[in-house]
Amino acid sequence: MTLETLVEQLNLKCKCCWEKLKTTEIKGGYAGDLLSDVMANSQEGNVWVTRQVHVNIVAVASLKEHAGIVIVQGANPEKDTIDRATREGIPIMVSDLPEFELVGRIYQLIQNG
Amino acid sequence: MPSDEYLEGIYYIQGRDFVDAGVVSSEIKRTLKDKGIPENIIRRVAIIAFEAEVNIISYADQGTIQLFIEPEAITIEAVDIGQGIPDIEQALVEGFSTADDAIREMGFGAGMGLANIKKSSDIFKLASEPGSGTHLTSIIKLNGQ
Repeated sequence: MTLETLVEQLNLKCKCCWEKLKTTEIKGGYAGDLLSDVMANSQEGNVWVTRQVHVNIVAVASLKEHAGIVIVQGANPEKDTIDRATREGIPIMVSDLPEFELVGRIYQLIQNG
Repeated sequence: MPSDEYLEGIYYIQGRDFVDAGVVSSEIKRTLKDKGIPENIIRRVAIIAFEAEVNIISYADQGTIQLFIEPEAITIEAVDIGQGIPDIEQALVEGFSTADDAIREMGFGAGMGLANIKKSSDIFKLASEPGSGTHLTSIIKLNGQ
């Protein structure tokens, strides 16, 4: 499944790197707000679901080569975060859903191919 | 410490500069990719470098990370000037943290950093003098042993 499908199906707001949505394949996902946990346990190609909004999430997603970041609960990423993500080519999307519900829906979409 | 002929880079890190957290580890990752180091090794070094970088930013005044690439091993040396670690055994317990609220709010300071470094290393050494600084050595063998 591509990020574009995820954005359409779950009505996500994309904040940067729109041009990458169509071509970026999602290989599973990871949810977490502790950056060390995400560094240690997420995988390349994951879509990362988090409530964190500050600039360091881009460093983590870039080091781990995540497909993109989805911020939950309608939280707005800081301007620094968007600027860094644009430079690093990491799509950032926002959902109004709470983390639990969003992760459930993403999991279902991935399972259904 | 490996001989200087294997020194690939020295990276300076400023304490409390959270905005730039990850810049040094990204640079180290890029260097390893350029050198054709295998992906599974790069993944481990990236975790070690990131956590070492964040530790210097969180707890030290300033520090450096040195990257050595030898034919059979990669070594990360993280040396800082700062408060140091009074009880290393306690600091290595997963979940133990002295981070303040500001650090925790950013998703750091969960007490996982040193444990992650140790898990990702083949050889792990940590020495510290409280009130003066910390010296971390992490070695990753390239021959898969």
